[in-house]
Order: sequence, then C-alpha cells, then structure tokens
Amino acid sequence: MADISLGSASQGLDGIQSSYMAQVQRRRLYGGLTLLIFVVLMVSGFNIADDRNAGGFWEGLHQIGDYPADVLSEAWEKRADLPSLIATYLPALVETVNIAAVSTLIGAIGGLFLSLLGTRGLARWPRLIPVFRRISDIMRAVPEIVVALVLIFVLGGGPVPAMIAIAIHTAGALGKMFSEVAENADLKPVEGLASTGATWSQSMLLGVLPQVAPNYISYALLRFEINIRASAILGFVGAGGLGYELRNAMAWGPGRFDEATAIFILLFGTIVFFDQVSSRYRNRLTKGQAR
Amino acid sequence: MLKIDALTKRFGDKMAVNAANITVDKPTMIGIIGRSGAGKSTLLRMVNRLSDASEGAISFDGEEITSLRGAAKRNWQSRCAMIFQQFNLVPRMDVVSNVLHGTLNKRSTFATLFNLYPQEDIHKAIEILDRLGIAEQAPKRAEALSGGQQQRVAIARALMQDPKIILADEPIASLDPMNAQVVMQALRTIHEEDGRMVIANLHTLDTARRYCDRVIGMRDGRIVFDGTPEQLTTGVARDIYGAGADFSEAATSTEIETLDRPEVRHAEAFA
Repeated sequence: MADISLGSASQGLDGIQSSYMAQVQRRRLYGGLTLLIFVVLMVSGFNIADDRNAGGFWEGLHQIGDYPADVLSEAWEKRADLPSLIATYLPALVETVNIAAVSTLIGAIGGLFLSLLGTRGLARWPRLIPVFRRISDIMRAVPEIVVALVLIFVLGGGPVPAMIAIAIHTAGALGKMFSEVAENADLKPVEGLASTGATWSQSMLLGVLPQVAPNYISYALLRFEINIRASAILGFVGAGGLGYELRNAMAWGPGRFDEATAIFILLFGTIVFFDQVSSRYRNRLTKGQAR
Repeated sequence: MLKIDALTKRFGDKMAVNAANITVDKPTMIGIIGRSGAGKSTLLRMVNRLSDASEGAISFDGEEITSLRGAAKRNWQSRCAMIFQQFNLVPRMDVVSNVLHGTLNKRSTFATLFNLYPQEDIHKAIEILDRLGIAEQAPKRAEALSGGQQQRVAIARALMQDPKIILADEPIASLDPMNAQVVMQALRTIHEEDGRMVIANLHTLDTARRYCDRVIGMRDGRIVFDGTPEQLTTGVARDIYGAGADFSEAATSTEIETLDRPEVRHAEAFA
C-alpha cells in the first residue's frame, strides 16, 4: 500500500497551531476595528443628521404612530363604506396596472436590444458596446419621476407620460440584468448558426434567446411588480391612476381617510396578487429549465 | 445500540425505502451496497434526520430519534456526523474553520458571526487534521484542496463533532483510487481506534468487502442481504444488483489491486 501519512505526527504541529492562532487573532483584531469604525460612523452620522433636523428624532419618535392611528380609526368608524369605495377606485387601479403592464412590455423589448448589443461576444457591432452600455446606464440613472415631470410639462397630464417615463427606466434596468444573463449564455449554438450563414438577428433569435428566455421572463415579471409601485407613485405628480386619487385623499386630511384606506387596501392587494402570480410562474419557468 | 425498525420513506407513490430493519449491538463498520436509486442515501439521510421518515422508527441507546424536533433534533445531528459524496464543505472558508463547523451545535449564532471559537477547539481541530495527515493545509481555503484532501477535511469536521455514529454517503465515489483508499483507511482507523460506529454507502463491492465488518445489500428500497463480507458471494451480489450472469466484480472495481483482493483485505485493511 502506498505510504499514507495517517496519524503520522508531523513535527511542525505546534508551529501550525501557533501560526494559525496568530492568523485568527489578526483577523479578529481587524474585524473588531472594522466594527468599531462602523459604529462610530453610524452614531456620529446620526447625531449630525439629527442636529440639522428641524423636529428632532427623539422628540418626534413617539408621534410616529399618530397619523396611521388617525387613518385607521377613521376608516374603522366608516368601515361600512369601504366595499363601495373599493369599487369606486377599481377603474383607477386598472389604469395604474395598465400603465405598468405597457411600460414593462415596451421597456423589456428595449432592454432586450440594449442587452444583446451591449454584451461582449454577442454584440452586432463590438466597438459600439460601450455606447449601448452608457445608453442603458443613463436610462436607469434618471429617476422615473424626473422624466415624468418633464413629459407632463410638455405633453400635459395623463397616463402616457407616466408610461414613457417608466418604460425608459425599465429598458435601462432590464438591459443591465439581461446582459448579465446573456454573458453566461453558451456561444457554441451561435457559432453553429453563424457557420450556416445566418444573419445576426437570426442567430440571436435561435441561438441565444431560447437559452436566456426563462431568466429574461423572470426578471421582466419582477420588474412588472416594481413598475406597479412606480406607476402608483407617478400618480402623485399628476399622471393619473390610483396615485392621483391617493394624493387627493391624503392631502385633504381628516374626513377622507376612509378613501385613503380603501386605496391602500387596493394597492396592497394588487401587489400581493401579482407577487403570488409571478412567483408561481417564475418557479414553473426555473423548474421547466431544470427538466 | 442502533435499532432501525420498519423504516419507510415514500416520495409520492414511490417507495424509496421500504420497511428497513437493521439492528446494531456494538460499534461496527457497516457497508451498504446496492445500485443507484436503491434507497441507500435516503436511508442514511433519515438516520441523520436530514429528511423525515414516512413510517417506522429509529432508536439509539433507547432514545427515539424519528420524533425529535428543534433543538433535540439538532443535538442528535451533532452526535451523528455525516460525510457526503461531494464533501459539502464551505469552499471559500479555510480548512480549520470548516473543521470548527463541527462544533456549531454548541455555539450561538452570535459567536459564529464573530468567529469566536475557543482556543482549545482550534487546537483540537488542527490536531484532528494532523491525525488525518493534512495539518499543513490548515490555513488554506477548502476549495484549494484536492478531492481526497477535501474529503479528509469533511471527516475532520465529522470527528470534531465527537459523534457516536459517522454516516458516510458514497464517501469515495468522486475520488480516484489512490485517494479513495486513503479516505476508506481513515474511516477504518477511526472505527478501530475511537470505537465509533461507521455506516458507509459504497458503490463498489470490493471496498465493502475489504473495509467493513458487516455488509447490507439494498435493492429497490428493500434490504435483501445482511451478513458478513464472507457471505457476500458473487451470486448474492448478482441478486443485489439485479445483474445477469455476465456480472463481473472486477468491472466495477476502483481498486488498484483488484486481482489479489481476498488476501489484501486482512493483510492491509488493519495495518
């Protein structure tokens, strides 16, 4: 049998132990120092921010539940009206979800092109990769609300500016995520298709898309959930839908809190619903991929 | 000591393990053989409580195992170490940390977060590594080691748990013959020197014959053979694997010295 050093005490055991202990001590020291610096920065940063705050954190802390309590108690008193209020705001909810759906679809198509054109190994024009990457950086760097405000100023209020604003942001964000998936795609099918004389679009369509489709759809569904929230927020600046109604109900103060509650229930229910639907669908996609 | 009584595991309508009965009176080195899908892994996983039994009972020193929950279950798992085919180490952590994971059952999450293992545990971990001949690898990352070394780190983690039983699920299936021999030898030594029970799933007959005191054969979830290595004739092996007359043990062997096997067993396995 070959010489197996099982149980053969190497002479350096003490040396190994002490050098490893030294290494552990050093690691603990660094870890402790990092933790200390972190705590000091957090505490001092908090104090600076609190000093510059008009109200003060500690004085205001106990009032944090006041507004929700007002809203909830008023809604509870008028709980009989809630079902009819929910029915009233259902059309606004449909508008919000519509904005999200259309902008996700348009954004995903844009993101698809940005990702394929901006991924090394797949790009149609390899030299233009940085250009397409910067385009997608810019598209997701600008907040939706800024684009929406500009567009509302130019085009007037309504769902179309919100849709365009969200679609631009979605294209940038999905372009980034899609291109990370595409980087891991197997290039052999693409080479095989190119060897038959296929065009770039043909080899992307048949060689890359089938590989990445489950991940792409999964990211697009996640983005759809985010966009429902975004489209509700954009209603605050006059883009219509549920957010517009919510702003009115909240800004007019007591007396309309039951309406605010009804809108919150709708929004919460919608997000839970689409979260459940898309997570079930995502699970099926990933399982289908494994099979 | 260990008593497995009518243990059954169902996946849907498929019986992975079908009413298995095993009784072990004293610490023994047991090999479980059978073809893929015979239920060997499922059986071991139920003993460690990584998966729950559908029916039946396991008891150890009179203690009922299958009904343990929460902390009691984790305490049993710390007394019943497991070794895996793919080693299941944390690849990005160093070897000693991986061995120290054997003490996690005794440590709080807070102590684990800040890597606060006592000095005697660290020294003990390195001594165990030295016993397995890989103390020089102590500060390296687990992923930097060869397969045979990684499996020995996994054995060291198991020893760190100071377990009564070591379960080994195909411990040598992804190793080359040379490393397989080192790992099996290590398990045999641990059994003999420490008096721990070792139950190993093996996919080669000659390994089971050579290192084990008792061999259990499984086929389609049922235990079809339970006896000494000497009783395991080629005819019995054909039954276990459901093979025809063309079945040749040498064809499945990973041993270097397949041909002079019977003599090798006693001469070297206990060396």
